[in-house]
Amino acid sequence: MSAAPPDPEALKRLAPKLAPGGGDILDVRPLSGGASQDLWLIEFTHGERAVLRRAPEGGAGRSDLAIPIELEAALIKAAGESGVPSPRVLHVLEPADGLGAGFFMQHVTGEALGQRIVKDDAFAAVRPRLARQCGEIIARIHALAPPPGLPVKDARVTLDALERQYRIENWPRPVFELAFRWLRAHAPPLSQPTVIHGDFRNGNLLIGENGVRAVLDWELAHAGDPMEDLGWICVNSWRFGVPDKPVGGFGEREELYAGYEAISGKPVDRARARYWEVLGTLRWGVICTLSAVALREGLVSGIERAMIARRASETELDLINLLRDA
Amino acid sequence: MQDHPSALAILDLAVAHLRDNVLPTLDTRAKFEMRVTLGALALVRRTMELTPQSDAAEQVRLETLLGEVGELEALNKLLCERIRDGAADLTTPGLAEHLHATALEKLAVDQPSYAAYRRALEQ
Repeated sequence: MSAAPPDPEALKRLAPKLAPGGGDILDVRPLSGGASQDLWLIEFTHGERAVLRRAPEGGAGRSDLAIPIELEAALIKAAGESGVPSPRVLHVLEPADGLGAGFFMQHVTGEALGQRIVKDDAFAAVRPRLARQCGEIIARIHALAPPPGLPVKDARVTLDALERQYRIENWPRPVFELAFRWLRAHAPPLSQPTVIHGDFRNGNLLIGENGVRAVLDWELAHAGDPMEDLGWICVNSWRFGVPDKPVGGFGEREELYAGYEAISGKPVDRARARYWEVLGTLRWGVICTLSAVALREGLVSGIERAMIARRASETELDLINLLRDA
Repeated sequence: MQDHPSALAILDLAVAHLRDNVLPTLDTRAKFEMRVTLGALALVRRTMELTPQSDAAEQVRLETLLGEVGELEALNKLLCERIRDGAADLTTPGLAEHLHATALEKLAVDQPSYAAYRRALEQ
């Protein structure tokens, strides 16, 4: 399923803001990493390019946990100003623009497909540097001041939301039950709510020959436990078939932690980062089950969704392995 | 009794047609979707081939573990209840082994290329 293209007349009116160099709109085409996103590349005759990211109409396809898209734009802007590789935000949509809710950003080139990043020769030279870079970038994100309206979520809040979603499937998953019990028994208290990206992983990073060029997909940002981002990027599902490189399939945990500690000046709580890796594995598993529910309810269709639903079992194996070692 | 060719044989012919005759004619986006579709058909094939045996094995394990007889779904629901109530956990004899075996049986159908699955088979 793809979103309807943006209204060309409305785009034309905004062109001076999007391409200060002038020129007419040459082409508008969907830009997608596979999932159905309302994401468009706009090319201008003088060579400038802008990306439009919109909130889907009626909220379909956007997670319940997602922040308002305007807040997402504000975070990307703040992150960019604090040294986080980010696209420049060009314009945040207003109702008068007639294009719905969303924002325009500068187009950044790079590779986002996790599979290619962990396996292609083109990234062989940069791969050994990525884990440390990711640690440094996460530390910079965690240093941001929480913007007003950013929801606070600790482990318990996240577990409550996940468990509600899991119960909707009404399908017995003994491994998930075990994971919920273990995670509740070991839930860390939230001492200092920190700006968390919430989906910082291989697949949401644009990688170039010198490393991370942009951090994408901020819609799950929240204030929470800093170790959450350090656990999520190590979830096995984001290693793209390279399980021995726990950080995104490209690096070692200690490299990630060293980068984080160097920039933040704070020690990484390794046990707590592992806790969030377990929670993250369960989270991806529950997300997979949401696809099954959405198909069952007739809210979505498409073979891709069915195949995502069938990825829940990968997290069951990972969870049982993690819980046996815990 | 159904006639020949078997459902599996017909599925294989259909997949071969899509892969060899249709796939090469498609544009990039449709090609991607056809590859996903071929993957889905392979999953259906593995389901037909593997699950009669793996479901039966799972049922035996669950009945032994729970001391109850019943349908697979009901047994799994019962196991979930016991875990939720704290009556069963990873210290329960046989539980971890059962869940590990079940996860492998599911992945054998869903995603036999998953690295953690392949590794578990090697061990």
